[in-house]
Amino acid sequence: MNEGGKKTIRLLCFAVLGMFTFSWALVPLYNVFCDITGLNGKVTQSTNAESSITAEGREIGLQFISHNNAGMPWAFKPSKKVSKIKTGTLYETTFYAKNTTNKMMTARAVNSVAPSNAKNYIKKIECFCFAEGIELMPGEEILLPIKMVVDNELPKNIKNIVLSYTIFDSNTEHSITMDHDSDHEMESSI
Amino acid sequence: MSAVIESHDHEHHHGPAKGITRWLYTTNHKDIGTLYLWFSFTMFLIGGAMAMVIRAELFQPGMQIVEPEFYNQMLTLHGLIMVFGAVMPAFVGLANWLVPMMVGAPDMALPRMNNLSFWILPIAFTVLLSSLFMEGGAPNFGWTFYAPLSTTYAPPSVTFFIFSVHIMGASSIMGSINVIVTIMNMRAPGMTLMKMPLFVWSWLITAYLLIAVMPVLAGAVTMMLMDIHFGTSFFNAAGGGDPVLFQHIFWFFGHPEVYIMILPAFGITSHIIETFSRKQLFGHTSMVWAMTSIAILSFVVWAHHMFTVGMPLAAELFFMWATMLIAVPTGVKVFNWVATMFKGSISYETPMLFSIAFVVLFTIGGFSGLMLAITPADFQYHDTYFVVAHFHYVLVPGSIFAIMAAVYFWIPKWTGNMYDERLGKLHFWLSFIGVNVTFFPQHWIGLAGMPRRVPDYALQFADWNMVSTVGAFLFGASQILFLFIVIKTVMGGKKATPEVWEGARGLEWTVESPPPYHTFTTPPKVSQ
Amino acid sequence: MFKKATTSFNCKVSSLLITLFSSQTFAAWDDVNMTEGVTAISKGVFELHMLIFWICVVIGVIVFGVMFYSMFAYTKKKNPNPSTFHENTKVELAWTIVPFLILVFMAIPASNTLTTIYDDSEGDINIQVVGYQWKWQYKYLEDEIDFFSNLTTDLDEIYNKTPKGEHYLEEVDEVVVIPTGKKIRFLITANDVIHSWWMPDFAIKQDAIPGFINTAWTIVDKPGTYRGKCTELCGKNHAFMPIVVKVVPQDEYDAWVRNKKEEAFKMAELTEKNWTAEELTQRGEGVYQKNCVACHRVNGQGLTGIFPALAGSDIVLNNKAKHIEILMEGVQGAAMQSFSNQLSEVDMASVITYTRQAWGNAQDGDGQIVVPKDIVEYKEPKA
Repeated sequence: MNEGGKKTIRLLCFAVLGMFTFSWALVPLYNVFCDITGLNGKVTQSTNAESSITAEGREIGLQFISHNNAGMPWAFKPSKKVSKIKTGTLYETTFYAKNTTNKMMTARAVNSVAPSNAKNYIKKIECFCFAEGIELMPGEEILLPIKMVVDNELPKNIKNIVLSYTIFDSNTEHSITMDHDSDHEMESSI
Repeated sequence: MSAVIESHDHEHHHGPAKGITRWLYTTNHKDIGTLYLWFSFTMFLIGGAMAMVIRAELFQPGMQIVEPEFYNQMLTLHGLIMVFGAVMPAFVGLANWLVPMMVGAPDMALPRMNNLSFWILPIAFTVLLSSLFMEGGAPNFGWTFYAPLSTTYAPPSVTFFIFSVHIMGASSIMGSINVIVTIMNMRAPGMTLMKMPLFVWSWLITAYLLIAVMPVLAGAVTMMLMDIHFGTSFFNAAGGGDPVLFQHIFWFFGHPEVYIMILPAFGITSHIIETFSRKQLFGHTSMVWAMTSIAILSFVVWAHHMFTVGMPLAAELFFMWATMLIAVPTGVKVFNWVATMFKGSISYETPMLFSIAFVVLFTIGGFSGLMLAITPADFQYHDTYFVVAHFHYVLVPGSIFAIMAAVYFWIPKWTGNMYDERLGKLHFWLSFIGVNVTFFPQHWIGLAGMPRRVPDYALQFADWNMVSTVGAFLFGASQILFLFIVIKTVMGGKKATPEVWEGARGLEWTVESPPPYHTFTTPPKVSQ
Repeated sequence: MFKKATTSFNCKVSSLLITLFSSQTFAAWDDVNMTEGVTAISKGVFELHMLIFWICVVIGVIVFGVMFYSMFAYTKKKNPNPSTFHENTKVELAWTIVPFLILVFMAIPASNTLTTIYDDSEGDINIQVVGYQWKWQYKYLEDEIDFFSNLTTDLDEIYNKTPKGEHYLEEVDEVVVIPTGKKIRFLITANDVIHSWWMPDFAIKQDAIPGFINTAWTIVDKPGTYRGKCTELCGKNHAFMPIVVKVVPQDEYDAWVRNKKEEAFKMAELTEKNWTAEELTQRGEGVYQKNCVACHRVNGQGLTGIFPALAGSDIVLNNKAKHIEILMEGVQGAAMQSFSNQLSEVDMASVITYTRQAWGNAQDGDGQIVVPKDIVEYKEPKA
């Protein structure tokens, strides 16, 4: 084969590797893109939240909803479901969680916001949803804190924000139908 | 399939080996093309059998034939087999047979890699099909395998599914490298890029698309594998991941993939319409630009498969407009084909019948595609039978008809024998009627509210489902006729001339029918 | 201003087309066309759909017309000497630019309708919708009502043993009730895999994604019962988890809310009651049909290697404590979820009791039943 051919092959192989790498780069890129544009409706920890605590702004409604993913057995609910708050002021609330089982368990909470374009205006100083894992002993209960401020710049047409928290069992197998040890345990006891 | 029995004159000493080892070790592009085509036909019949199971269950409301779990395995495998086992290998087979001859090259650039590219496919599909017999059954999450249904909630066979997808991807990538190097580096002197026939152009563009997106699919399935077995959380919200990320990565591959499945069909159609209109294709340069534009645009429209996923307004608007835009170069192609026929001198042999049907029915699929592009309307179409109707129109009377047209058009060249024209026409009409009776009513039941990927449905969808099933069985049975026609032609028939068709243009029509085992060992002179 | 002008233009064109091809003419097209629906949005979407459809028909007629004409007029016999023209830049430009302009014409009303749909700023009534394998859960945030909605079509109808009812696969035990004239906002998520909540009559479809919420809203003025479907493959019973929404006048809605709250009180009373084994078993059978049959089957045999059999199972026969634990906490690493958040104490006790009694289990095992107080006790703080 001539030199031209070999060069083409080399370039194409690089292209293949490059595109494979690109697909992995999509993972952080996706998060970066979401952060910059404020899409995806997830609120992350804010570094400059304090700057949003300025003059008291207008009153908006705040609703907290919760869900236990895949039947996660903990009791998990907002301490206060519905509030009226003022933009530009610090707001503190909690979520109640209890491990109702007789095993030690670790949970992780994921948050989501509606309307999604409110996300950029919600600054969270502290939230249990940032924690990698919430560990509770059997029977243990806890009040999980949220400290946040809604910026005064919140678009005027948004009068009500819903903050959703879904709690997951961190210890769940990443596949529930694989032939793991837990399956054998299931077979022998049933 | 080439000069084994009939070789009167040159090249005795370069004839192929005998027996099964010929096919195992061949590095000859004609043999490998044959292998791909027979493999594709086999997979088409297997995927088709699964479609028959699906349509049989949908013949009437209620569960009659299979259980919902098995039904989901059928629909998943049907999709995977048709996309990766039937359509793509058929086009690769056609590329293998035709590209070297069309550019005046003696073979593909990397003949041994060519052999490997083919032979890993039967291995991949044996792995995939064997999953039907594994505990938990075959993959059951749709050919689009969204997480977490395909990760946390998948049957154990998902690991084998991932393995087989990796192998299929490797095959496509190697094949594409071969095609590109052959086209870019082995054209006969005098054949500039713009002198290349359109089938070659279509494959050059397709090969670049494959290089760009098959590695992304590989990334997606590797991430799945890691989520399932190595405790990562790419697509698992519990671990900080996002199921929607899977959809973005998958469709970044998935959308160019569907253009990979149609571009060679465009190339084929241009050759056939030109030949049987006895008139040079209208707008050759424009046709090249149209295919290039379609390929480039195909990279920026992926999220039109995800309009209901909760993307922000700005994103939805962008993807709506970009998707609508693809209609422009596609329309240009259709207009050029029609302009080729206009004031031509047309005859209606079987390849031409299939190609004309391609233009009309693919365009109908294109119209439903345009309707789907309109995001607020898509909220009513998404994941219903309207989508199923759309993609079956562009794939069956689209890609598959083009493949059949190509087989009828070039088989006299490959075998040296004319196919039986009456039987060919019969196959065409049965297929044409079958395909329309099967898929046209699916637009209606989708609009009326029937979701896709369901083994059972509410009573108002019963009548047209029954009609669709009847059409499906007609279409399925007609393919047995096709098998018969192909075998009959291989075994004998009226002898074909080198030119075969009056008005045929291109280097492949200057060699014998069947061609010598090695053609263009000295490059031809390219003029015109 | 631009928006108003184009909306008005869009309205005029659509009105013209709708008048010309009015829905009365095509009322018989109910089974072959999209529904107009009962909201302003659904009607806007329908008009958009018809507009694009007719434009495609016109283009198709023109293009195929030229083609079919050529097929008849330019056969080899009729035109043995074909023309030789094979390119024309002006023509290529024309049939690039004109379609582009047609697309712009379509994009304007489409973009306007989409922008209107995206206004999820607030709702008079907020309902959290959660997709499960394979049913929907609805939580009314303001009125604090919470219930599951399961398919009620009998397995006998599905397996062709009895005739199918009018609303085959489109009927549920608990319907979503909303009042006319109010803006209802849906906050849609999922419990396990991705589902999708589709109400054709409201032109709402949003995917239900575990961990995240998607919003949709509607205002319905016309009372009635409207039926929808799950539209994302979610496992084996994807076809068997429909949606039913009943729109009623405000006073009827208020009465329904009061009724639901009373039901909740009554449930609390039921928990205190002394139940007999027969009562529990009878109630439990209904709970089992709704919640357990998908995996463990009507005959309690499960699916070998995947879903364990309950008939003759060691835990069901002899280990009441473990039996309760499995239902209350699920089985880690397996498909069996905790049902403590889905079933009331009464239903939980009933279904456990039912499985301990059914399929000959009562004779083969210790026959111990579980009463609602056992479940209340299980939930008490431990250690």
